[in-house]
Amino acid sequence: MADTAEIRAEESIAEFEHTRHGPLARLQHLLHNFPTLVPIIILTLSVIVFAIATDGRLLNGLAIKITLEQTAIVGLLACAQTLIILTAGIDLSVGAVMVLSYVCMGHLGVTYGVPAPLAVLAGMLLAMALGTVNGLLVTRVRLPPFIVTLGMWQIVLATVYLYTGSQSIRSQDIDAAAPLLKVFGARVQVGDWPLRIMGAPTIWAVILVVALFGTFWYVLNRTAWGRHVYAVGDDREAAELAGVRADGVLLSVYVVAGAIVGLAAWAAIGRVGSISPSSFAEANLDSIAAVVIGGTSLFGGRGTILGTLFGALTVGVFATGLKLAGANPQWVLFASGCLIILAVALDQWIRRISV
Amino acid sequence: MKKLLAGSALAALATTGMAYAQSAEGATACLITKTDINPFFVKMREGATQAAEELGMNLQAYAGEVDGDHEAQVDAVETCIAAGAKGILITASDTAAIVEPLQRARDQGILVIALDTPLEPIDAADATFATDNFEAGRLIGAWAAATVEDPENAKIAMLDLNESQPTVGVLRDQGFLEGFGIDLGDDSMWGDEDDPRIVGHEVTQGNEEGGRTAMENLLLQDPEIDVVYTINEPAAAGAYEAIRALGRENDVLIVSVDGGCPGVQNVAEGVIGATSQQYPLDMASLGIEAIAKFVEDGTMPETSEGLDFTNTGVNLVTDAPVDGVDSIPVSEGQDRCWG
Repeated sequence: MADTAEIRAEESIAEFEHTRHGPLARLQHLLHNFPTLVPIIILTLSVIVFAIATDGRLLNGLAIKITLEQTAIVGLLACAQTLIILTAGIDLSVGAVMVLSYVCMGHLGVTYGVPAPLAVLAGMLLAMALGTVNGLLVTRVRLPPFIVTLGMWQIVLATVYLYTGSQSIRSQDIDAAAPLLKVFGARVQVGDWPLRIMGAPTIWAVILVVALFGTFWYVLNRTAWGRHVYAVGDDREAAELAGVRADGVLLSVYVVAGAIVGLAAWAAIGRVGSISPSSFAEANLDSIAAVVIGGTSLFGGRGTILGTLFGALTVGVFATGLKLAGANPQWVLFASGCLIILAVALDQWIRRISV
Repeated sequence: MKKLLAGSALAALATTGMAYAQSAEGATACLITKTDINPFFVKMREGATQAAEELGMNLQAYAGEVDGDHEAQVDAVETCIAAGAKGILITASDTAAIVEPLQRARDQGILVIALDTPLEPIDAADATFATDNFEAGRLIGAWAAATVEDPENAKIAMLDLNESQPTVGVLRDQGFLEGFGIDLGDDSMWGDEDDPRIVGHEVTQGNEEGGRTAMENLLLQDPEIDVVYTINEPAAAGAYEAIRALGRENDVLIVSVDGGCPGVQNVAEGVIGATSQQYPLDMASLGIEAIAKFVEDGTMPETSEGLDFTNTGVNLVTDAPVDGVDSIPVSEGQDRCWG
């Protein structure tokens, strides 16, 4: 008797739980526990929809190659952006710093004949230095990241234009003087064996994206520094009470982000071909879009680096898919805007559970 | 500083007034450009300075900090009025908003000439000295039609400026199509043509990255594209990279507009087949000469035949000339390039 009563009690408890959590609430819980799930679902859905809408042309080798290559540079910037947004910050200067960094590489390597490895190193150090300045202004002077990086964006952009006079360095001149600058634009080939994705050759920039996201997935999830980044972003005071030096972590995030931007600069030369001061004018906003669509919360502490990769790919699939379907270029912008709002709305809904 | 300038200009005014020989010597002219950092405007300033020196005129040059710096241009117009300038040459950042300050200048009897960019409306300036962008497009279109193997079955990629379809981009695009022999439909916009030879229009923002991405997207729609129109030479350089990545650089004809030095170098090396070169130096020097004439006997500049502005010239630059399309060789293009 007693046994059956106990069983009944357990059952009723289970039933009680069940009625409290309808299917929608379960979904909410699931998405809350696995934040990468949303961008995966969105990416999968957009691939399916556009594959159908383009009669399968989205899935041919050339379309995939082009989508990956067009996504690569914004993807790299979005990796840096993810780190900063995880700390509840934002970086409006990533695109401009990248351009200044590759302008530095190009002018040193091509115009002044500095050995290419040194030119690349100098450009990357410049990006890290500017990241450090951002970080110091945020942590020491206590300025909001939005303002710091808004200012940095404009200062760096003006510097680029003043220094270059809006003049590009031609692709052919780079080939002649410092081909190393364009190494990430070369096809991936190991010995006689070219790497192909769905039959189309790919470039080193794509490999860099995979390697970088893999590295930062590990760093964010499996190292103390990574967990501290989440902790500081989620609740700075709690993190400090737990013994995390919040300012030190914050500063290091901006420095690391600067280093990633420097890598992106190197890759961008390969991708574009020339040293082009007027390119990537909206790359900062594109990188933020990728992070947000990838499910990382602008309030910090929640999100995943792989989500960002899927977010960037989703924008890429939309761009390629819409163009293959014959839509005017304006619609890509339109769709990207809808995606951003949808993603943030979804994030807000998922967040409500934790209140 | 402003007072000092105004003072010396007044003195200059007084002397010209006394001379009454209506010589332009000593008269003040203003040049107001969008920025000082773009090679196009640097060349413009060079042209104005040269012409002013030859005519013995004073030149005051102003520029905004960045493209779109409207307030700085308004300040410059007011300074020019105060300095007693006889004429103002301006490339307006905001072509509609600058009209009112310029009207105040015209009310004072100052000759206002728009350079490169027409005002809105175009008759808000006494004259407009600019490149005939439609003609620039028409030249490369006609050249491409005569050069490509089979113009009747060509597959054409159109790499335009941006989504908002600014006038300069529409004129070049539609000029190219006219020159190639394609029905324009509405010639005030691109994208409404229904000729099957056009694979598509894409936007580039006029830079290399945009040019490459746009070209990739069009190659995806049709890998057999053999003619590429580009809004400017940086976009052309980007398009070439996309074509080269597919190993088709010898099968595709790229044409462009501008005539900047890196662009002309790309024509020399075969990256670009032909480009239409424009002449910012001439725009400014002709502008200064027009002001001098106006000071001497009140002559107003005349518009070019069939146009509502004064065409400051455009030349097709190529080393592969074709019958029926005037062109200059690359070496001459290099002598006259800007930047």
